[in-house]
Amino acid sequence: MTEKSRPFAITLDPGTSLQNHTGSWRSSRPVYVDRLPPCNNACPAGENIQNWLYHAEGGDYAAAWQSLIRDNPMPAVMGRVCYHTCETACNRGQLDEAVSIHAVERFLGDFAIKEGLTPVVDAPPSGKRVLVIGAGPSGLSAAYHLTRLGHAVTIREAGPMAGGMMRFGIPKYRLPRDVLDVEIDRIIGMGITLELNTRVEDIDAAFDAEGFDAVFVAVGAHLARRTEIPAHAAGRILDAVSLLRDVELGATPPQLGRRVIVYGGGNTAMDVARTAKRLGVDEAMIVYRRSRDEMPAQDFEAREAEEEGVLIHWLRTIKQIDESAFTVEKMRIDAEGRPQPTGEFETLEADTLVLALGQDVDAAFLDAVPGVQIAGDGVVEVDSQMMTGRAGLFAGGDMVPSERTVTVAIGHGKKAARNVDAWLRGGQYEKAPKAELASFENLNTWYYDDAPKRVQDQLSMVRRQSGFEEVEKGLTEDNALFEARRCLSCGNCFECDNCYGICPDNAVIKLGPGNRFSIDLDYCKGCGICATECPCGAIKMVPEIA
Amino acid sequence: MMKQIEGSQGIAEAVALCRPQVVCAYPITPQTHIVEGVGAMVKAGALQHCEFINVESEFAALSVAIGASAVGARAYTATASQGLLFMAEAVYNAAGLGLPIVMTVGNRAIGAPINIWNDHSDSMALKDAGWIQLYAETNQEAADLHIQAFRLAEELSCPVMVCVDGFILTHAFERIEIPTQPQVDAYLPPFAPVQQLDVDNPYSIGAMVGPEAFTEVRYLGHQKQIEALDVIPRIAAEFEAAFGRASGGLVRPYRVEGAETVVVALGSVNGTIKDVIDAVRDAGAAIGSITISSFRPFPLAELHGLLAGAARVVCVEKSLAPGLGGVLASNVRMALRGMAVPVYTVIAGLGGRPITRASLADVFHLAADDKLDDVTFLDLNHAVIAQQLALADRDRHSGPIAENLLKALNPGLVRAKPQDERPKP
Amino acid sequence: MTDDTALQRVKFYQTGTRTVGNRLLTEDDRTVQASMGRSNAITSGHRACQGCGEALGARYALDAAMRAADGRLVAVNATGCLEVFTTPFPETSWQIPWLHSVFGNAPAVATGVAAGLRMRGKTDVRVVAQGGDGGTTDIGFGCLSGMFERNDDVLYICYDNEAYMNTGVQRSSATPPTARTATTPALGDAPGNVFGTGKNMPRIAMAHNIPYVATASVSDLHDLEAKVTRAMGICGARYIHVFVPCPLGWGSASENTVLIARLAVECGLFPLFEAEHGDVVSVGKIRRRVPVDDYLRLQRRFAHLFRKGAEDRQRIEAIQRMADANITRYGLVDAEDDQ
Ligand SMILES: Cc1cc2nc3c(=O)[nH]c(=O)nc-3n(C[C@H](O)[C@H](O)[C@H](O)COP(=O)(O)OP(=O)(O)OC[C@H]3O[C@@H](n4cnc5c(N)ncnc54)[C@H](O)[C@@H]3O)c2cc1C
Ligand SMILES: Cc1ncc(C[n+]2csc(CCOP(=O)(O)OP(=O)(O)O)c2C)c(N)n1
Ligand code: SF4
Ligand SMILES: [Mg+2]
Repeated sequence: MTEKSRPFAITLDPGTSLQNHTGSWRSSRPVYVDRLPPCNNACPAGENIQNWLYHAEGGDYAAAWQSLIRDNPMPAVMGRVCYHTCETACNRGQLDEAVSIHAVERFLGDFAIKEGLTPVVDAPPSGKRVLVIGAGPSGLSAAYHLTRLGHAVTIREAGPMAGGMMRFGIPKYRLPRDVLDVEIDRIIGMGITLELNTRVEDIDAAFDAEGFDAVFVAVGAHLARRTEIPAHAAGRILDAVSLLRDVELGATPPQLGRRVIVYGGGNTAMDVARTAKRLGVDEAMIVYRRSRDEMPAQDFEAREAEEEGVLIHWLRTIKQIDESAFTVEKMRIDAEGRPQPTGEFETLEADTLVLALGQDVDAAFLDAVPGVQIAGDGVVEVDSQMMTGRAGLFAGGDMVPSERTVTVAIGHGKKAARNVDAWLRGGQYEKAPKAELASFENLNTWYYDDAPKRVQDQLSMVRRQSGFEEVEKGLTEDNALFEARRCLSCGNCFECDNCYGICPDNAVIKLGPGNRFSIDLDYCKGCGICATECPCGAIKMVPEIA
Repeated sequence: MMKQIEGSQGIAEAVALCRPQVVCAYPITPQTHIVEGVGAMVKAGALQHCEFINVESEFAALSVAIGASAVGARAYTATASQGLLFMAEAVYNAAGLGLPIVMTVGNRAIGAPINIWNDHSDSMALKDAGWIQLYAETNQEAADLHIQAFRLAEELSCPVMVCVDGFILTHAFERIEIPTQPQVDAYLPPFAPVQQLDVDNPYSIGAMVGPEAFTEVRYLGHQKQIEALDVIPRIAAEFEAAFGRASGGLVRPYRVEGAETVVVALGSVNGTIKDVIDAVRDAGAAIGSITISSFRPFPLAELHGLLAGAARVVCVEKSLAPGLGGVLASNVRMALRGMAVPVYTVIAGLGGRPITRASLADVFHLAADDKLDDVTFLDLNHAVIAQQLALADRDRHSGPIAENLLKALNPGLVRAKPQDERPKP
Repeated sequence: MTDDTALQRVKFYQTGTRTVGNRLLTEDDRTVQASMGRSNAITSGHRACQGCGEALGARYALDAAMRAADGRLVAVNATGCLEVFTTPFPETSWQIPWLHSVFGNAPAVATGVAAGLRMRGKTDVRVVAQGGDGGTTDIGFGCLSGMFERNDDVLYICYDNEAYMNTGVQRSSATPPTARTATTPALGDAPGNVFGTGKNMPRIAMAHNIPYVATASVSDLHDLEAKVTRAMGICGARYIHVFVPCPLGWGSASENTVLIARLAVECGLFPLFEAEHGDVVSVGKIRRRVPVDDYLRLQRRFAHLFRKGAEDRQRIEAIQRMADANITRYGLVDAEDDQ
């Protein structure tokens, strides 16, 4: 068919409408955004959860792990002990159940251990030396991040082993020590000097005599709080932290008798009671002055304690101890949520009382440091850069005002490291501005299939009650993959092709795997369907400025 | 091969020799025998590589042909009367798209009143749809014109309507020379479309065209018809050379030399006209006639030349433009531009009314004396008209004219309404 | 150890069968629309309104048909919005061979195209005819019925936007009761289109006993493509009725086109099903059932039903009964969660 012979006007060459730029019709344009997923927002360690789940769901566990440890050097520990506020925040919770983020994290941590993965350190040496005091999670995290930033780090630890409360508080059945050891060793193996059994007493000397350029203190909170109970020929009274420490050091198992009462309602109380059970006591009881709703322990901890046979006496205070008879008063919760005595009493029988009433910070060695402010319970004040009143002295973890969890401690370590780094380089660390939150309303959940959460197996009850084997099992690869794929990728494009497919004007350009999409503004009429139909809320309509 | 057959059968055989690939059929008298004939040949295997499709309407029939033609298949259909009007939209469309479809129209009147007999109202209604319109004078020509029509259509990418007088030709048994397949194959090459739906050249066919280009599209359609004025005589000449007989062409003059009165007409009535002319001329009147074979394109120049010496023109027409008179006459007048020659219209043969030699001779005589009205209705029953008009004058509610006429013509056929049922004036 | 077997074993993908694509699915499991090599039967630069459901539906359907036909496809188009917005001289958006004749004859033209192709020996080229609801259920009805009855080898696709949109939103026999159109204004005692009218074209198609009839929606691409693909695998007359919201005619926000289509399915007013030789063989179950209110409220053509302080519950309930009847008739909701 020659050009000449085709009929004029009624017959047209294919695709010629490309000459008609319909983009001029537009009054608003779609813009791809990365919103902040609620999980990330809730993570005290600042993990980019959505991002590592993205890698995990594709089966690239190594990439997922590398993404994870950009923020948190201990995924295997974290996946076991973190109280996962991310899951409370997870948008999927509003659809069916939250993604089991911690279980995938643990899977990745265990995967990395099995595969011997190590972090990539590529920052050039800065020539600066930083002293970290305390090898708990906060200290380890700070040391790790400082090393990644190119600084030479020395950790001084008063105890015989690194780990802090992860080792001397959290029992084995929740955190097997081989896991803890590997993750600590991996951090130390990055070139960090660890000096054990070295209690630091003199901060000024560290700066002046030893010439450290900066110091990060994270000595935790180890002083057990006590309470006065009138006692006549009382039985044994122990404190929880010491007891757990003794069990860990394993010298001689503490003599607990047949029956134990643990006093308190925090995670320490739960762990001590469960530990006592494992040590073979007949009866492990918890006495707590408030109800379940007010207890600081996590609900699952109380539940698992009860499953294992721990009896929890809610709304009771111990009034008096006579030999093995404990007089307890019933309490009630008033309008303000505080426990009030009722004048009603009961008697419990026990051989040992373990106090689990919380810990204070032993900050005596900082008293002399000029500028450092210390509260009555030893808690040390820090500014928004995690720096104390003394220039170059930073602090974090349990010893500063905040929630006391491993995750917060690790987050402090990271934040402090960044600030130390900036300070050492003569600047100030500027946090990247927070992106807009990816709320549930931003999602178009129609596109997500229904998928019930995969649960972790648990150790059989007999073995839970008789030994320190880990209670919670890890996910199988299949289940971990499934869980990762339950992630909605809130606020972040995961290349589902919806915008590309759904545009009536073919104005979305697919850039190929890993490269996402762009808008062809020559043709986009601004209808907004792509934004409405983006499953994860990663497209925003922005008015055109006339 | 010479055959004594019905006109429709002759057309069917001629069409079959043209190797149509898609033939669509829908019944309407008097065209039906044609497609029945083609269908039977397909069914019997005599016509191969052809799909015969029974459709649900004439609109569909031509639409199927449009689709087939648009993929480069040779397509044919036939219709008449109501059927042609029912497909009117597609008729225009086929021409607009430049699809070389060939369609037979078995000319028949259009209702109401419904009437199955011959006149030219149907094809005249669509004379300006962009199709080439050829009118057959005899059954031989009817058959021959179809062979020429495919050549013409495909050469010009323009659809062709072959108009054949219903019953008079379609149902008449005559001797017709049916050519052989090799003869037709030699004359009519395979269809080579200028455009087609083609997966390798995915054009869009049938765009919407606005004021900026519509006139040009129409001009080109007109131009194609003008081009046909050259092509039609040429392929007619080639036909004559190949088949040994003259058929088609633009016009065929008959005894026009020295004729003062020239009769112009379309189709089969020319046979009668020539008989009358022979008689009248032999009696001394200077009269001749012209058969117009191609009504669209209209052979203005040829007529102009042929009518140069005429003192008057009489158009015998089988259709009426109500409120105007004759369509053919209006067209002929255009050919007489610059000539002070009166053109008379004789409306004849409407709805199958026989056109008798006597009546024609009468009007020709009147014409020769210039005593003819501008528009004359041949053999009009003036008494009936007078009666109906009087009735209408007295009473605007005198009922449908057709019924009244019939009653007046044949009182026994229609039971008259009792007088008192009619509304009072 | 990115174990390939686990990757394959775990078939669940967060968006699995719902989004256009998913980077984790194999190419074969993704929609045609996800492919960078899709044919874009209609390309950019067409003049459809912002958010036009018909433009989307047509590209969805034809791209799927193109894949099924291995690129050997021709399309016939009835007059209507789709034709007008794609082919105003001097530009066409079509990238496949395409023919427009007139408003009411697309099925017949397609019959001719199919026959012509056969006679020319191009038996591998497949034929699709398409038109709006007006072109299908009204003016082209006779031709469509004829094409069905002869079982011609044509896939006819109706893009149902429930009115004559191209001429300015007039009522068609696919316009639902109470809908306001230019010829059924929201005036008087029975505002909008009246109850008790309209045709059910898919069921009429089924009554012809043709091999395949299906309904589909722009809100469910996977389903739509599967149906087009299924249809393309069959010879003979096939019919797919695609629900395509029209922001202009329905008075809806352009960004809500797909949402509205989804709600039409989820409330039961537009049942998704397939039928073979006159019998329903599969239905698309409702996933999250919603009352018809949710669907109606987003469209100004139904605004008179929701006047402040004067909600026309009676008519809304009547529409709800239509939806409920569909749900019962096609079994759109599984018994246990049907309450
Ligand atoms: C029984 C129990 C269970 C818990 N369970 C959980 C849980 O499941 N999940 C969770 O998130 N959190 C849990 N926690 C809390 C969590 O362990 C702590 O919040 C966290 O370990 C605090 O970390 P840190 O680095 O600030 O301090 P620590 O972990 O207390 O580490 C401080 C380190 O500093 C050393 N040190 C102290 N003084 C000096 C000095 N002067 N010089 C050198 N070294 C010194 C200590 O020996 C110690 O190793 C639990 C706590 C307890 C007690
Ligand atoms: C015979 C004929 N009658 C009327 C029209 C005017 N007309 C053109 S498009 C159209 C409306 C088409 O409606 P529909 O088929 O539903 O398609 P839509 O535009 O809604 O997609 C009408 C009435 C026409 N072109 N031809
Ligand atoms: S669905 Fe995924 S991205 Fe969204 S909150 Fe949950 S884990 Fe984070
Ligand atoms: Mg419509």
